Amino acid sequence: MGNAIELRGISKSFGSVAANRDINLTLKEGEILALLGENGSGKTTLMNMLSGIYMPDSGSIFVNGNKVNINSPEQAARLGIGMVHQHFKLVERFTALENIRLGLKEGGKFLLGKDTRKYIQDTAAKFGFEIDPDKLVCNMSVSEKQTLEILKVICYGAKIIIFDEPTAVLTVQEIDKLFDVMRKMRQDGHSLIIITHKLNEVMEISDRVAVLRHGEYIGSVETAKTSEKELTELMVGRRIDLDIKRPLMDKTHPLLEIRDLTVKNDEGALAVDGMNFYIRGGEILGVAGIAGSGQKELCEAIAGLRPIERGQMLHEGESIVGMSPKKILEHGISMSFIPEDRLGMGLAPSLSITDNMMLKNYTEAKGIFVDRKAARKEAKEAIDKLEIVTPSTETPVRKLSGGNVQKVLLGREIKSGPNVLVTAYPVRGLDINSSYMIYDILNEQKKKGVGILFVGEDLDVMLALCDKIMVMCHGRLQGVVNSTNTTKEDIGLMMTGALNIVNKEGKTDGIAADSAFEDKKEEADV
Amino acid sequence: MFDVITLFLSSVIIYSIPLLYGTTGEIMIEKSGSLNLGVEGTMAIGAVAGYVAACRTNSLFVGVLVAFISAALVGAVFAFLTVTLQANQNVTGLTITTFGVAFYYFLGNGLSNSEGGWPMLGNTTLAAQFADIKIPLLSDIPVLGPVLFTKNILVYFGVLIAVLMWLYFAKTVPGLKLRAIGENPGAADSLGINVTLYKYIHIMIGSGIMGIGGIYMGLNMGGTFEGSNCWINGYGWIAIALVIFANWSPARAILGTVVFGLFSTLRVYNVAFATAFPGVLGWLNKIPAHFFSALPFIITLIVLILSSMRKNSSSGEPAAIGRNYYREDR
Repeated sequence: MGNAIELRGISKSFGSVAANRDINLTLKEGEILALLGENGSGKTTLMNMLSGIYMPDSGSIFVNGNKVNINSPEQAARLGIGMVHQHFKLVERFTALENIRLGLKEGGKFLLGKDTRKYIQDTAAKFGFEIDPDKLVCNMSVSEKQTLEILKVICYGAKIIIFDEPTAVLTVQEIDKLFDVMRKMRQDGHSLIIITHKLNEVMEISDRVAVLRHGEYIGSVETAKTSEKELTELMVGRRIDLDIKRPLMDKTHPLLEIRDLTVKNDEGALAVDGMNFYIRGGEILGVAGIAGSGQKELCEAIAGLRPIERGQMLHEGESIVGMSPKKILEHGISMSFIPEDRLGMGLAPSLSITDNMMLKNYTEAKGIFVDRKAARKEAKEAIDKLEIVTPSTETPVRKLSGGNVQKVLLGREIKSGPNVLVTAYPVRGLDINSSYMIYDILNEQKKKGVGILFVGEDLDVMLALCDKIMVMCHGRLQGVVNSTNTTKEDIGLMMTGALNIVNKEGKTDGIAADSAFEDKKEEADV
Repeated sequence: MFDVITLFLSSVIIYSIPLLYGTTGEIMIEKSGSLNLGVEGTMAIGAVAGYVAACRTNSLFVGVLVAFISAALVGAVFAFLTVTLQANQNVTGLTITTFGVAFYYFLGNGLSNSEGGWPMLGNTTLAAQFADIKIPLLSDIPVLGPVLFTKNILVYFGVLIAVLMWLYFAKTVPGLKLRAIGENPGAADSLGINVTLYKYIHIMIGSGIMGIGGIYMGLNMGGTFEGSNCWINGYGWIAIALVIFANWSPARAILGTVVFGLFSTLRVYNVAFATAFPGVLGWLNKIPAHFFSALPFIITLIVLILSSMRKNSSSGEPAAIGRNYYREDR
């Protein structure tokens, strides 16, 4: 077997920053290579050079043994290199067929070609893709969209396919399905590169692992001959404790109780549908669910950002329904939501850390002038405490790396001393090191007796970090499980709606035995 | 009695067509993801340049060609500023309107005060070229014949453009690529579609089509230049609203422009109606003429309010409209 791709001495700098230094990497024909590295280690830059978005400053690229210059995405496609992007490159209002047709070189100038449809359907059948060619992309689930992306690159004739964090948005079952497809592609002679942060997935799917650190190529190992521990050390450069701690605390009475909560989304459809749950002090309650199952609307309803249709929300026995977001914040409920684009909600990207700190407590200052001195002190404290890497307190937030931005956001929410912390996707897009720092912050809050609602994506992390996990599907509660006696498979089934354990053994999930809802108590006991 | 109705409907079509040119031109631009608020100015430049050229050469064909080219050049300026230099589209569009209308007065006043004077349409061959053409057989149908099939060549051409544009969007690969750029330029770019080139071409063609609407208006007014009143007279703004009313479909634009033409024409026909049907429509006489002049703009306002309330997935609005595309901006 020859080499599908060989990189020799590739370097690339942006300004004075070297993103890649002297990288040598080979992808053998018909193998699955995992590319591992922390955020900012240069994985994406390297892959962008293969897909024609960037040109290397020095070094050479060989494809199937021939030296090539890849200077545009079209050129990469001609060489048979395709990329499945993390953020799908699909036109939402087109059908699957139209999306694929868009990039096909053959097929004439008119759309009516039956051959096109047949070609796409045949290709889909060959790899076992289930896809409706006439379905609009905007009506597709995340997993369907990804299937379409993969089908797209195959239809364009790619033999070398790069997957950029493909599993980040999928459920356990969907990941299994994706891996089956990837194995089938390998059998068919495709060579694959998969970029991922998740070590268990690396172990499961790859034949070989190549590790990058700080823009340098550290080495590659055969997956069968390595372990998650060794890979982490290669990636981070030092030993790291992979176990997420879950300190056991004495739980207090329910701090926040939600009953029959029903919330509509922006389109007016039911996003949260009759949810019951509660959070006690000193516990982390995980919220699992496929993206878009109502997590965002749930968080917004609790924070007072979204009106509710029906239901009750009690915080320490007092109803917070209809309160302004500011009132709710003063009550001790704090929310940090990390949206997909990470900067969208909660922080003003062009303002400095200091200014962002002030956004939440500007009302405390007297008069019309802001108290910048105090805010700067707070910013400094947060920087020291959370080890935020920044040139100064006055650096615009958008110039910080993802992990540090998220720390600023979380730091600000914690500073107000909440007793209920709602946090959604706090480690979204973060590497191992930064993620663990965020987990530590959350655990510290838990030790202080704060009740934490943790909306997460990675089930492994949630099982390790959370005390209990509640699972949502289409805005409905599928059950609340204790993370010490459940399995990933069960949670996966609940996420897809195949399993509902809300009413089991005569008790109802999500309703506390010592509820502050006096009138509902009998009901719950029945 | 039926004569009044026939005349009225005939005028409706005549007043609709410049709107149709403006609307279809803007639809083509917006489908590429750009919002061009410079319709009024683009039409004004096409009108004055095309008209003068037509009079000098005594050829309608040359006039239309010059109107198209001059307006397309204005489009090229818009494309250069917003696509290449990434300027704000709204500000650029407004600038083009200001510039275009001012250019109209500049050229018009300049020519009027020059030795030869402002060229008049009169009874020239040019006027004959703009005269109504009867379509055999169809024009003999009562009412519909004179209303739809006895019109000048630019009326037929305008409808033809709308139909062709509809086919282009719906049935051809370049049309598909154009719509993809308007929806998600990043996706189109990743497939090797030349986003910049597509935008330039379609902004220029769309602007050119607006220019034809401009020269139409000039010819329709008999080519008289008044120092204080622009031929376009706000039609460019109505066209922008009509794009929304037509839900970005060139076929629906035909319907939309006829509805608006109806309101524009009422201003001329209110007295005639009141006289022809004193029993039923006598009250039309009592409404001040200014109200009828304002009516199209009032309707525009109502349409904009209603259509911005209707937000759903069936909307044809390109998702990336108004946002400049920059490849490295992720």
